[in-house]
Amino acid sequence: MSTATRTLRPGHALPSTRRADAAPKVTGEFAYSSDLHAAGMLWGQTVRSPHAHARILGIDVVQARAMPGVHAVLTHEDVPGQKTYGLEFADQPVLAIDRVRYFGEAVAIVAAEEPEQARRAAAAVRVEYEPLEPVTDPEQAAEMAPLHPDRPTMGHGFRDDARPNVVRSMVIRRGDPDAEGDVAVEGVYEIGQQDQAFLGPESGIAIPDGEGGVDIHVATQWLHVDRDQAAPCLALEPEQVRIHLAGVGGAFGGREDLSMQIHAAMLALRTGRPVKIVYNREESFVGHIHRHPARIWAQHRATRDGKLVAVRMRILIDGGAYASSSTAVIANACSFAVGPYAVDNVLVDGLAVYTNNPPCGAMRGFGAVQACFAAEAQMDKLATALEIDSVELRLLNALEPGGMLPTGQVVTGSLPTRDVIRRAAALPVPEPEELPREAIRLPGGAGNTTRGEGVRRGVGFAVGFKNICYSEGFDDYCTARVVLAEDGSAEVHCAAADVGQGVSDVILQVARLELGTDDVTLASGSTARVGSAGSASSSRMTWMAAGAVQTACRAALDERDRSGGAVDVERIYRHPRTYPLDPETGQITDGRAHVALAVAAMRVVAEVDVDLGLTRVVWIGTAQDVGNALNRTAVEGQIEGGTAQGLGLALMEEIQTRDGVIANASFTDYLIPTFLDMPPVVSDLVEEPEPDAPYGVKGVGEPPTVVSTAAIVAALRDATGRELARVPVRPDDIAGL
Amino acid sequence: MDVLTPRSLDEALRLKAEHPGAVSIQGGTDVMIALNFDQARPELLLNLNEVVELRGWSRENGTLRLGAGLTYADAMADVVADELPALAEASRTVGSPQIRNRGTIGGNLGTASPAGDALPPLLVERAVVEVASTRGARRVPLQEFLVGVKRNALDDDELILSVLVEPSRQSQTFMKVGPRNAMVIAVCSLAVVVDRERGELRAAFGSAAPVARLVTAAIDEAESFPEQVAGAASPIDDVRGTAAYRRHALRVLTARALERCLA
Ligand SMILES: Cc1cc2nc3c(=O)[nH]c(=O)nc-3n(C[C@H](O)[C@H](O)[C@H](O)COP(=O)(O)OP(=O)(O)OC[C@H]3O[C@@H](n4cnc5c(N)ncnc54)[C@H](O)[C@@H]3O)c2cc1C
Repeated sequence: MSTATRTLRPGHALPSTRRADAAPKVTGEFAYSSDLHAAGMLWGQTVRSPHAHARILGIDVVQARAMPGVHAVLTHEDVPGQKTYGLEFADQPVLAIDRVRYFGEAVAIVAAEEPEQARRAAAAVRVEYEPLEPVTDPEQAAEMAPLHPDRPTMGHGFRDDARPNVVRSMVIRRGDPDAEGDVAVEGVYEIGQQDQAFLGPESGIAIPDGEGGVDIHVATQWLHVDRDQAAPCLALEPEQVRIHLAGVGGAFGGREDLSMQIHAAMLALRTGRPVKIVYNREESFVGHIHRHPARIWAQHRATRDGKLVAVRMRILIDGGAYASSSTAVIANACSFAVGPYAVDNVLVDGLAVYTNNPPCGAMRGFGAVQACFAAEAQMDKLATALEIDSVELRLLNALEPGGMLPTGQVVTGSLPTRDVIRRAAALPVPEPEELPREAIRLPGGAGNTTRGEGVRRGVGFAVGFKNICYSEGFDDYCTARVVLAEDGSAEVHCAAADVGQGVSDVILQVARLELGTDDVTLASGSTARVGSAGSASSSRMTWMAAGAVQTACRAALDERDRSGGAVDVERIYRHPRTYPLDPETGQITDGRAHVALAVAAMRVVAEVDVDLGLTRVVWIGTAQDVGNALNRTAVEGQIEGGTAQGLGLALMEEIQTRDGVIANASFTDYLIPTFLDMPPVVSDLVEEPEPDAPYGVKGVGEPPTVVSTAAIVAALRDATGRELARVPVRPDDIAGL
Repeated sequence: MDVLTPRSLDEALRLKAEHPGAVSIQGGTDVMIALNFDQARPELLLNLNEVVELRGWSRENGTLRLGAGLTYADAMADVVADELPALAEASRTVGSPQIRNRGTIGGNLGTASPAGDALPPLLVERAVVEVASTRGARRVPLQEFLVGVKRNALDDDELILSVLVEPSRQSQTFMKVGPRNAMVIAVCSLAVVVDRERGELRAAFGSAAPVARLVTAAIDEAESFPEQVAGAASPIDDVRGTAAYRRHALRVLTARALERCLA
């Protein structure tokens, strides 16, 4: 594989302002997965558990089956193959068997002619539950009765931890964590449960092929992993289950795990009719995993002149009822716990547990968000304790290429930490606006709660970093197929999910560049026509798709040179290999555990009404390490969107549960930022090519989310003088109630 | 589900008398949510949008008559905004432009939510609700009209015709607390009038008791008024906020409102 970095020739690159899906999305013409229709289709509905933890004593479907329009009512007994599935560990029943472990768990499925008939039939399924005491406190989970007595995540090379309900226990130990410094600061931090809050609910359609197989059209992040989970449950060969990408209305990690795929396929295969399932908003809150709530204890020790001596952290994340990607999330949280700083003595103790809370898995930032919030608060505390400027302190400790991560991994690729910090710190902060002002330019916004009374201004700064691509020895690859026609036109196949990030445009941009023609089309993503692209997650898709398409294009041109005429080639691209961490020490075992890193720094100005605890974020400036920016508009879009998501976690977004039951499953009560909450973002793109990536690209989707929560709360601390150790920050916390 | 669309008030009252179970619908910004979320499955909707008598506002002597179909956008404009500034301020806080264009004062009274934003500014202006059925019309002071959480004094066969207000023309304001800066249900809200003519302070709060509640005091009690208002609340802890915060916020808001109005 060629590792030469080709520069993008202007004129061949797509104009960076034209997104193929932009106009249809803005005008409402874009077909999302919920808009799908097939002739003769039925509607599916899911019967869900009202309990966070209960034994199932019986399921009576007789009445539901007899209702008008109903074609099928299925339970776990009807699952044709394997009864459980999972992204990495098959610990989740397709339909609950004898026990439900979280509020909203799927118990039965119904197909009927009309959605209303399906809903009524679902309501008529009689499930007899014996409620059990739910495990809801992650601190106590490891001492409670096991929710998964068969311990599905044990024996996968993780540290041996025999306590019940341990999903993964992690230690990263380096140097002498007890080394003394001149000063020490300590804190306990808490991160609430954030939802991806994508606007397009889980939806799709399954169409039986008449030969025992099924085509599933669905909004997802990774087509092939959906197929590989669904096929065994359906007792089909992978080729018999074809996943086709339908219009994705946002994902942010929440579509990595399956939702309605197997259910719709079961109903379609049973009834011989296409079956469509669309979750409503309330159901969507139990239809996907969330960001892990976390509790983090941290102690930082430093010399008098500000050099970090030792960092010790304990990180507890609540994985909820099923494993999903918790094992990787805790590894990430621990790997990036310290932040992009060089420190010789580290002890990070991480634990992911099972509880009866809503299941958690992938969400933009993937463990690094939670760790960054704690670590950056610690850096500020340290700066205060040492009376050193907080930007200076960060510069002094910045981790750069050649430096070492707490896992012993030496940074080999690009990591312009100092540059990013300096450039973010240099962005000019706007002057305070004068009073009087319109209410919407004050904390409390449209609510008209202040004309300036109680308002204080604060400036915050934070730095965050994270890996790009999959880690710890995962076989991470992406496939692309290029078909060159006799007339010189080309068709590219790649199953990379365009989840709104615009990877389709990247693929076309690369193909046009490599093939030297604009006559290139991108076929819609399907497992039937091309191999796996891996997941549109972990900030990897641009890198991986660019690598695969580049490789396939070059192979196609070679092939045409050799054979002439039309060619059809498929190629797999892999990034440099990674290796697992030692389960006892968390140290690298061979080469690197993470293939590459990206860093971002952010400066935030906020105004806080300290009496009412209301906030207006006034301005955000950020410098981000983006490798080579292939499409500036798309990069800025990711930075703004990622920042808005981090702002949501800082100020308002939290799934609230009572005994494991979600209490705010709606956009009335689960608030996400509006236009008035999100300020303009000034983005300074730090372009330093990543040596291991095609065209020197880096993923850009996650760093803004990692850093923004920490940076915004830092501004709130500056304005209020309060510790604000928990996000989302509640008005009560600011008002001191 | 069928929809009845009367073209006049008489027809509307007749239909309501014939079908007391029919659910009135004006802007639909509450009714349609209930239907979509499957919280209500009425057999009949009574669509009031074609009843001209319910639209807009008029003046009868010193009294402003706000039709039940008056939208928030209407209340933010012209004479209504000039004469009932706190109602206009409250209207600006409601939902989004779409909701303000569709949602009505009558609908807010119909829903009678403790968080209804039109209610506090109308309470402090001592508004009276005009309701009618084929049996006749009656006038109910707003305070008595609001009887409980999402319950009002309307009989099954009655419709809300209008809200009658004699604008005090005294300095007043409205404030609403929510954890985000727009499109939010009040964690608590407050309208205040400093009525120098009557020598009275009037405050009404939302989302801090089962109903929006009016509190009055003599004008020289400004100092203790914030405490009186907070004390009149009986807030709860819920997903939107804590009881302690609501009480605290009412205290802060009242003090600020008085400062604004006394300035
Ligand atoms: C996104 C969104 C945001 C919102 N934000 C706010 C907000 O910030 N503040 C707020 O207070 N509310 C808010 N609401 C709620 C709603 O908009 C208001 O309560 C509005 O005033 C309802 O008016 P409507 O005309 O739409 O009522 P409808 O939905 O038509 O009716 C509401 C109720 O009143 C009854 N009704 C209507 N007219 C009459 C009549 N003439 N006689 C008898 N009964 C009648 C109906 O039967 C029903 O019970 C919001 C709603 C949405 C969807």
